[in-house]
Amino acid sequence: MSYKFKHRDVISILDFTREDLEFLFEYADKFLNAEGKLDTLKGKVVALAFFEPSTRSRLSFEVAAKKLGADVISIIGEEATSIAKGESFADTMIMLDAYSDIIVVRHRYEGAAKYAAEIAEKPVINAGDGRQHHPTQAMIDLYTVMKLFGTIDNLTYAVLGDLRYGRAATSFIYGLTLFKPKKVYLVSPPLLRIRNDVRQILINRGLPFEEKNDIFEVIEDIDVLYVTRIQKERFPDPMEYERVKGSYIVTLNLLEKGKPHLKVLHPLPKVDEIDHKVDTSKYAAYYYQAKLGIPIRMALLTLVMGVG
Amino acid sequence: MSINEVHTLVVPKILEGTVIDHIPAGKALEILRVLGISGQEGWRVAVLMNVESKRLGKKDIIKIEKRKLTPDEVNVIALIAPTATINIIENFVVVEKLKVRVPDVIESIIRCPNPTCVSNKDREPVKNRFKTLSQEPLLLQCDYCGIVISRSDIPKLVRR
Repeated sequence: MSYKFKHRDVISILDFTREDLEFLFEYADKFLNAEGKLDTLKGKVVALAFFEPSTRSRLSFEVAAKKLGADVISIIGEEATSIAKGESFADTMIMLDAYSDIIVVRHRYEGAAKYAAEIAEKPVINAGDGRQHHPTQAMIDLYTVMKLFGTIDNLTYAVLGDLRYGRAATSFIYGLTLFKPKKVYLVSPPLLRIRNDVRQILINRGLPFEEKNDIFEVIEDIDVLYVTRIQKERFPDPMEYERVKGSYIVTLNLLEKGKPHLKVLHPLPKVDEIDHKVDTSKYAAYYYQAKLGIPIRMALLTLVMGVG
Repeated sequence: MSINEVHTLVVPKILEGTVIDHIPAGKALEILRVLGISGQEGWRVAVLMNVESKRLGKKDIIKIEKRKLTPDEVNVIALIAPTATINIIENFVVVEKLKVRVPDVIESIIRCPNPTCVSNKDREPVKNRFKTLSQEPLLLQCDYCGIVISRSDIPKLVRR
């Protein structure tokens, strides 16, 4: 099964099958309690090309690579690179392809990772391209559900927030199409509904989903509440952002109306969409979810570099 | 004298060039625009609009002297006028008949309407690429950002 990952580009969660992900999750279990530094990727260089701000994705990729014994080279923002002098993204990718064994890329343009993969011979991992894909986040999110519930199937999900611009939410929903959820509620203000192209994919893949305006309508039914931040930076019109800002907030009062085992996931960073009192409650699974970023990214790097 | 014969007399045969026939009525000017033919080129161009057609009821016809269409230009016509037929003329004779069909992959012909698609990034040697999701109704998907466009979006997106 590991051959299916070897040297492949990781651009969209939709490029994977359920079996691929189940194999990845099983493989990630090996790294759950990994202490110290391994020499699995000794002598390899991992390039982190983050042209857009990131905390968890970049750090967890860096920690994962270093724990596996790899060396890491980084681009953080465009200001410190020759892109600020006018160099093309393509030229930057050609250079990273020569200097490293794998490229992890994040960019504000949709399709940037796919474009990078067309340029580079080494494998490319998409760490977020504009509003479109964030496949490794979806892997972490689904792995978290698996760890919490022992299954991804037959659960009822609500995905709450910015479904129009949020790539993590979109990738999570795409990821659910690979499994058999009982029901997926997509809850957002009308302005932040999923895009038509995304809706069509969900229909084509037979996801049992329903779009709602208000989380209170479905709170009693759900097992997993996936919350996302409103993606202020992707609104073409700041007035539009002002209209939806603060339009939903997850509080303990809301969660207490739900099932006792209800869990709240969030790809982080969160701003004000979850009341801070939830952070220390039994419902909050988002810090655990962030922690699982390390074993998943360790597993993925190992498998894609063909040493798994 | 039939109506058709009258039309033949009005628009003479061309020595060499291209005849685009069976264009949906009213689309001829759009096709000229996307082909970048403004009338300033100096060739003779005949545009017939809303003429009778057995197949379409009404249709447009364009005759362009001197200019033979490239495969890319034929694809552009397929995107706007799926019923069109293209005749290449040499010495007053039709030497090639082309039926237009939207190809499975359309590269470098139309640009993506999404301003944050990587295919619109400045100073990048990247080609616009769309995949055909469906021929009828025509739906094309940008291979980079996933946005889906339909036939009515196409005229304003054709690269010139």
